[in-house]
Amino acid sequence: MAEYSIPDDLKYTRTHEWVRVEGETATTGITDFAQKELSDIVYVEVTSVGQSVKQEDTIGTIEAVKAVSDLFAPVSGEVTEANETLKDEAQKCNSDPYGEGWIARIKLGDPSEVDQLLDAKGYADFVAKSEHH
Amino acid sequence: MKYTPHTADDRRKMLERIGVSGVDELFAGIPDDIRLRRPLTLPDPASEQEALALLGARAAANRGADRLVCFAGGGAYDHFSPAIVDQVISRSEYYTAYTPYQAEVSQGTLQSIYEFQSLVCRLFDMEVANASMYDAGSALAETTHMARDITRRSRVLVSDGVHPSYVEVVRTYAAGLGVPVETVPLQNLATDLSELERSLDDTTAACIVQHPNFFGTVEDVNKAAELAHAAGALFIVAADPVSLGVLAPPGSYGADVAVAEGQSLGLPLSFGGPYLGLLAVRRKYVRNMPGRLVGRTADVDGRTGYVLALQTREQHIRRERATSNICTNQALMALCANVWMAWYGREGIKELGRQCLSRAKYLAAAVDRLPGFELENRRPFFKEFTVTTPVPAADIVGRGIEHGILPGLDLGRFDPDWSKRLLVAVTEKRTREDMDRLVEFLEDIGS
Repeated sequence: MAEYSIPDDLKYTRTHEWVRVEGETATTGITDFAQKELSDIVYVEVTSVGQSVKQEDTIGTIEAVKAVSDLFAPVSGEVTEANETLKDEAQKCNSDPYGEGWIARIKLGDPSEVDQLLDAKGYADFVAKSEHH
Repeated sequence: MKYTPHTADDRRKMLERIGVSGVDELFAGIPDDIRLRRPLTLPDPASEQEALALLGARAAANRGADRLVCFAGGGAYDHFSPAIVDQVISRSEYYTAYTPYQAEVSQGTLQSIYEFQSLVCRLFDMEVANASMYDAGSALAETTHMARDITRRSRVLVSDGVHPSYVEVVRTYAAGLGVPVETVPLQNLATDLSELERSLDDTTAACIVQHPNFFGTVEDVNKAAELAHAAGALFIVAADPVSLGVLAPPGSYGADVAVAEGQSLGLPLSFGGPYLGLLAVRRKYVRNMPGRLVGRTADVDGRTGYVLALQTREQHIRRERATSNICTNQALMALCANVWMAWYGREGIKELGRQCLSRAKYLAAAVDRLPGFELENRRPFFKEFTVTTPVPAADIVGRGIEHGILPGLDLGRFDPDWSKRLLVAVTEKRTREDMDRLVEFLEDIGS
């Protein structure tokens, strides 16, 4: 399989979002695998800032040159912030998906949901399996 | 091109493949009682010469705007189309009804669409215009989807001054989305602004006004826009492009979205179509805008090139999340409008507007003086006005045609309560003699 960066200290969803929990806040973005699948990302929009969302709700869209994908809430809670720099530099999702390419912050509504997310090993297996299909 | 018919063997193989016994079985879903169980009753085949003679005779029975003195409007107008429009659009290189997406072989057409968009933006004083829609009705209907997505609100308010046919299209599109469409009444043939204010609330996605409105009245768009924005709704206006030579453009009074029927811009009346929908938005709403959009860019050597832009809005990429299914534009009709706008230019469009306005004022005053006729518009109008008539407007239109005059549009066609109302349009083509002839004819009707 191709090599994807999957940092050990993050949690993951089966819809290819990553989550970094710091205190009560979860920061989320799309994984290295997801950005490579989408290729050139040109626009990122978070539509739910200030709103309460449930896990797996659509909170935004990611537009690449030839595809559009939804961004799903990895956890329930209130969307507190969207990464404003992506408005002009959406390509940061490609160049630094786990860093400057973060997309949104969510104030955790139910911290126990975090434990149910995939860890790095689990996500790596999931990606390997989806690649075989 | 080679014609390749299906052979009997081809048909047998196809039927076998999909597992049906015969062609008839494919129509099994159509109820038996509505199926025609006999051959169509058609006349014997005609020779080319016979067919031309027959069709020629039928066509000669039409009484079109080219053979009548036309005062009918209501969204389709008898404006002049300079010869250069036909000259340019008759070039075979431009023969397409569609937006080309293969930029490598379509630079000329793409450039013409880019110019069209640029001219629409200047005319409307808006930031982004798309490559065009089918007509004003479909353009207006699409704006309700935009408003819902942008505001995340559900209700749409439409002034009763909007063309009844446009409103029908808006309702048809809105029904599929479950968007309630509510109307705002008129007072003295202008949108009742206090009613508008009462109807606006934090569930209103958009307020739609036509300006000048269906009855010809110049609306108080400044105030209407202010009210809509104060409630957090979008202000959407349907404009008459020809009026923009004398009336302020939609961008100047804060319209978020502007649409128009582009037929007046050099397109023939031709029985109602093909027409042309103009649609322009503020830049911040470009990602919610439906339709094709041509952008200008540079190739690897720095040379200017034209391409389709922001296609991620569109159905072929956004798929089930797309909110519009328009995947084309009215390419040939947009070219028509493009040539027309370039030919008239800023000063030409101003002069055209002034001519329409002064003629309409002359005729309205003359008709208002006739016994039994009364001008209904209390606020200013542009090139069209509404008069009450002493006898049904349908009779006036019928008798007018016998006299070689199309006196206007019988509003009874839209509402039985409006049967004694005539909508009269005056374009730059109507001469003083034409107008005096109409007045004389109406005078006879009234007496």
